[in-house]
Amino acid sequence: MTLNHLGVGQIATVTGVHSRNAERRRMFDLGILPGTIVETVMRSPLGDPVAYRIRDAVVALRHEQAEMIEVQMENGATPAEATP
Amino acid sequence: MSARIETAGAAAATCGACSSSCNTSQLTRLGIKSGGWDYVVALMGNPNTGKSTIFNSLTGLRQHVGNWPGKTVARAEGAFNYNNKKFKMVDLPGTYSLLSTSVDEEVARDFVLFGRPDVTIVVADATRLERNLSLTMQVLEITDRAVVALNLIDEARRNGIEVDERALARDLGVPVVPMSARRGEGVSELLSAVDNVAQGAYPTRPRRIKYRDAKLEAAVAALAAQLESAVGGLPNARWVALRLLEGDESIIRAVRDGTLGELGRSDTAVNLTQLGAS
Repeated sequence: MTLNHLGVGQIATVTGVHSRNAERRRMFDLGILPGTIVETVMRSPLGDPVAYRIRDAVVALRHEQAEMIEVQMENGATPAEATP
Repeated sequence: MSARIETAGAAAATCGACSSSCNTSQLTRLGIKSGGWDYVVALMGNPNTGKSTIFNSLTGLRQHVGNWPGKTVARAEGAFNYNNKKFKMVDLPGTYSLLSTSVDEEVARDFVLFGRPDVTIVVADATRLERNLSLTMQVLEITDRAVVALNLIDEARRNGIEVDERALARDLGVPVVPMSARRGEGVSELLSAVDNVAQGAYPTRPRRIKYRDAKLEAAVAALAAQLESAVGGLPNARWVALRLLEGDESIIRAVRDGTLGELGRSDTAVNLTQLGAS
């Protein structure tokens, strides 16, 4: 599943970053790389962007950025409903 | 220290508290008084880690400090005297990476890379140390002379975070100074570390990541050699070669239009003006 499907309060581990070039670099700079644990903190009123806790900082990502990040939830928990 | 009461006026109280509690007697804040200087010190770090607070406490300037990232968009310059030597200090915009794309990040990157500061202070947020070490490692790739200022250590302690700064200094190969710039803690230790590194009295051994891919190493070596013959006096040919191979647009442009060559040839004083104008 991708990060945009992770519901508020849910925790997952990054398994891949599909962004390319500068965008990919940026994700790495922000601490998002395979193995990183992420938690969805809150959704903005319109549902985009979404705030995630990443390595002790809260980072806001747009929907199109979050959907490039492949994640896996602990012990096969079910993801929240897909976001628009 | 724990007895010190935090108030809204803590910043104003810092100077008084500092001169009595720590040894900064050798420090003279020179503000923007320029002219000749013995050493150039650059302040680098992730956004919102307290670079400008450190800058102000050393130079006596009142560079605007704010609790939000992206506040310092251009460089601010100031100076101070320490141990009878004049240090020029350059406060750079906060950046997550030396490899990024925005203009303010480029200002920071270009200065450390081509401005050849005598010492680069990397300000790291002790409460979020892991994410700050990425930039630290990148800075250590391009300079030998760095000091890590482990700022916001008071906040970290309050959150139950303890940092083994001696182990960190050993692992990074450069001095690590725990401090709370806001409260004037660790300022004298930072000054003495900067002075030691500037004079070469502290033998730094910056930790560098080794690329194990033989093909990559061969390509880097070949390209770095060509760069060195084409652009004499380049301080970080290896690093530039890596960026070229990576396809970094701004570095490719700098090589193409000759900016890189000019910066490589000229001395620090000239670089300062050039980078300021760009």
